[in-house]
Amino acid sequence: MADGAAPVLDVRDLKTVFKTRAGSVHAVNSVSFSLKPGELLGVVGESGSGKSVTMMSLIGLIPSPPAQVTGDGVNFGGIDLLKASDDELRSIRGARIGFVFQDPMTSLNPVFTVGYQIMEPLRKHMGMDKRAARKRAVELLELVGIPDAERRLKDFPHQFSGGMRQRVMIAIALACDPEVLIADEPTTALDVTIQAQILELMHELREKLGMAVIWITHDLGVIAGIADRVLVMYGGQIVEHAPVRELFKHPRHPYTRALLKTVPSVRGEREERLEVIEGQPPILRAEPSSCSFAPRCPFAFEHCLRENPPRFDIGAGHDAACFYDFETGAPRSSATAMAKEEAQLDAG
Amino acid sequence: MLHYTIRRLLISIPTLLFISLVIFLLLDLAPGDPMASIPLTVPPEVKEKMREALGLGEPVHIRFLNWMYQFFVVEPQVLIDHIFGTGFAEGKQRIISFQSRSPVMAVVAERMPQTLWVVGLSYIFATLIAVPIGIVSAYRQYSWFDQLGTFISMIGFSIPTFFSGVLLIVVFSVILGWFPSIYDTTLEVTDWSSFLQQVKQMAMPVFVLTLYNAAQVSRFMRASMLDNLNQDYVRTARAKGMSERVVVLMHVLRNSMIPVVTVIALGVPNIFGGAIITEQVFQVNGLGQMLITAIYASDAPMVQTLTFIFAVLIVLFNLIADILYGILDPRIRYD
Ligand SMILES: Nc1ncnc2c1ncn2[C@@H]1O[C@H](COP(=O)(O)OP(=O)(O)O)[C@@H](O)[C@H]1O
Ligand SMILES: [Mg+2]
Repeated sequence: MADGAAPVLDVRDLKTVFKTRAGSVHAVNSVSFSLKPGELLGVVGESGSGKSVTMMSLIGLIPSPPAQVTGDGVNFGGIDLLKASDDELRSIRGARIGFVFQDPMTSLNPVFTVGYQIMEPLRKHMGMDKRAARKRAVELLELVGIPDAERRLKDFPHQFSGGMRQRVMIAIALACDPEVLIADEPTTALDVTIQAQILELMHELREKLGMAVIWITHDLGVIAGIADRVLVMYGGQIVEHAPVRELFKHPRHPYTRALLKTVPSVRGEREERLEVIEGQPPILRAEPSSCSFAPRCPFAFEHCLRENPPRFDIGAGHDAACFYDFETGAPRSSATAMAKEEAQLDAG
Repeated sequence: MLHYTIRRLLISIPTLLFISLVIFLLLDLAPGDPMASIPLTVPPEVKEKMREALGLGEPVHIRFLNWMYQFFVVEPQVLIDHIFGTGFAEGKQRIISFQSRSPVMAVVAERMPQTLWVVGLSYIFATLIAVPIGIVSAYRQYSWFDQLGTFISMIGFSIPTFFSGVLLIVVFSVILGWFPSIYDTTLEVTDWSSFLQQVKQMAMPVFVLTLYNAAQVSRFMRASMLDNLNQDYVRTARAKGMSERVVVLMHVLRNSMIPVVTVIALGVPNIFGGAIITEQVFQVNGLGQMLITAIYASDAPMVQTLTFIFAVLIVLFNLIADILYGILDPRIRYD
């Protein structure tokens, strides 16, 4: 996990627009990030902030039309996924990039046995025959902690509990030993004890297999326990990015601060009551020309409504897209400088 | 499953008995007299004799039990005799048509092939055409193919067969003269030209029924596919790198077929009803036409028997639909 290692996945300026009959929705706006080998990158944000669409866009899982995915490139092991053909993408999906989705109750096909569904990618991507695929499927089910694996291959999804189904989904995602695993809110639909078990399983699997993981969640509490680095998303943009300890210690975006306040803390004094962030995340009809969080932001000032803040680098692998500087407790100098320039232009 | 099937079959016995009783009582209460077509010059005493000869003198429950005995005991025996050359039914009274004075079942057996050919072929065609159309329409929703499919099935759906049938006759028989307007049931297929003749006379009735059935099935197929295309498991299949062919024709189709197969099975008895009108229009002397004629002639045994056969078909295909559902959907457990 050395800093110098080349990233397995490098996303530059990814944009996704849904062209619907009711107009366009800019769901992902200039998202850039990279994923290093073996690291766990957490992605947080309220629902509707564009986390799922971002991850599904870069691997061609968003149907187009209605979506249009553009960008400067998504580099995955030397291949630009944005330029790759459908067939190339198919040979990567499920083989080198695995997915786990939110709702294990509906993510498996109800009419095929679990064994069949695990063996499908094995046979397609690894060219295994039926017997080899069976053997590997049993191993996989054992790997994700499903007892009596051999026999359960013949069972249908409805014969498994929610937690067990999510384990099956993880087994499918890991079937071909992917370099990257994208887990889209894999524990959201599960109750708390099961959620803890799945997190525990993820810990173990990462140690054993060493793949890089992108873990999407709207729960900062979960992120704190497992992530190396965190992306905070809002309005289809990355508004803050930092190593996990840094983020929790020095949140530099008002949205991150607000999110942190919504996490119930077990240790320390209880807050009077849990805070909520007033208002709704925006649905962007055009590319953002102002800070999308400004309408809900207690620190917003006039400049925030005129320009969309870029991601300001604040050192230690930390950046935040905000004109307000929490270190000085005042607007960033660059923002004020720009504001002055504009004022001069207006005057002149 | 076997358990369930047997239980369902047993339950359907009282259902069918009840249905047959209701049909019998309804026919008994209905106005109309099998003697109505007898010339007025025949004296009333003679008519009374004829009535008694038809068994109409007996009280209603005796007649009903009689019919039951004939339907469930005598007619099967006749069938067995026919197949194995035995003599179980010798000397026993069969169900006799008032009109023709010949056994009802004999007439049914004689008329059945026409209906089965026309109705059965059109249903098979309809299914074969409708399922692929439904799949493509759903997969390419709002494409020109889908729009065209929607338009044609709208037509098939909303134009009754007695209208489309007559329209076809006017255009293709009267104006163009390509097809005969009357179905010749005496035609025997012996060589190529008589075969062509048969194909020609079947073309229009089969087409009319096919259009009607295909319209329904394709709409249903499309809706079911659309339902499933948006399901999460489809996304999972794509995330596994499966080709679109596998995603659509394995994952989605396998799920979409569950309700469609049920609807197709449930529709089988219905198509006999649909055939009644089409057979009238094209003068196909099948079961449907026979039923209409029997109703006009107040031929109670014939109407009773035919209606009851339809009822049996409906109950049977309901059961078949349920069993198919259980086979296709692993989540359904009947036992
Ligand atoms: N098919 C679609 N058509 C139009 N808008 C969509 C579609 N799918 C997602 N969106 C929009 O994209 C935005 C981001 O959605 P999503 O990535 O699912 O959020 P998250 O995963 O963070 O909860 C939402 O505002 C949503 O309305
Ligand atoms: Mg989501």
